[in-house]
Amino acid sequence: MAHDHHDNELDPMEVRLRALETVLTRKGLIDPQAIDAIIDTYEHRVGPRNGARVVARAWTEPDFADWLARDATAAIAAMGYTGRQGEHMRAVFNTPEAHNLVVCTLCSCYPWPVLGLPPGWYKAPAYRSRAVMAPREVLAEFGLTLPEETELRVWDSTAELRYLVVPMRPEGTAGWSAQALADLVSRDAMIGTARARVPA
Amino acid sequence: MTLPETPAPEASFEAPWQAQAFAIVIALHRRGLFTWAEWTEALGAELAAADARADGADYHVRWVTALERVLAARGVTAPDEITELAEAWARAARATPHGMPIALANDPGTP
Repeated sequence: MAHDHHDNELDPMEVRLRALETVLTRKGLIDPQAIDAIIDTYEHRVGPRNGARVVARAWTEPDFADWLARDATAAIAAMGYTGRQGEHMRAVFNTPEAHNLVVCTLCSCYPWPVLGLPPGWYKAPAYRSRAVMAPREVLAEFGLTLPEETELRVWDSTAELRYLVVPMRPEGTAGWSAQALADLVSRDAMIGTARARVPA
Repeated sequence: MTLPETPAPEASFEAPWQAQAFAIVIALHRRGLFTWAEWTEALGAELAAADARADGADYHVRWVTALERVLAARGVTAPDEITELAEAWARAARATPHGMPIALANDPGTP
């Protein structure tokens, strides 16, 4: 039988955040409702589906792909995906000769408007250091083995510039709609730790 | 016909306080309290600490420490002030009957 608590014991980090929110609200620096709105946005409104739509459009519209290659910030903004950590975007395209991988060695810079918030492993020191020093090993751990002759380009995100990997369009998808193609594009494929899914 | 949804990505936040800490940084940056480059530098310094965990399990705790350092550097609030308020919140929580909303006003104070 569970012990019946009549009081509430809050986790130390939970009370710390309550304290931070209290002091910042008292000083007029934050508004608790705005905080809730920000959380809602990042938990529900942005995510890798946005990036998948960008990739699928690049696969189906050569003009858009050119624009994305030239000015990713503008091309992505034109699809309505703007906001924090998306101000300066660069799209890097995988080809049969070269594979791209994105990391943030400093902390966890990541293109939120197109990918949402980063997964835990992206923020972990293990990935942040090894993606640069031993990228092929890292990819192999993700189950992605590249041919020896494939060049591997590792892009280090910064506060100023963030990257979106455009994976190669899988074989056997000729004539597919952009909507159907977007379902083949996973978050990891846009970080570079996976390929686009091959249709069954 | 609806296409199968891609599997939901793993949750970005494992606890509400992590989401709260994230949102506070966004809100303070929007207000112009610091530039994003200043923030990533502060966060990067925390994450580079010698005792940082290789699996990143302490990422969100370090995010909060970085935030507190930036607030102290900007003269907004010192960690001591936050600790005092955190203790008040903890006392308030213990004094609040289960099922009732926890309010700071419920803090009975130190004996």
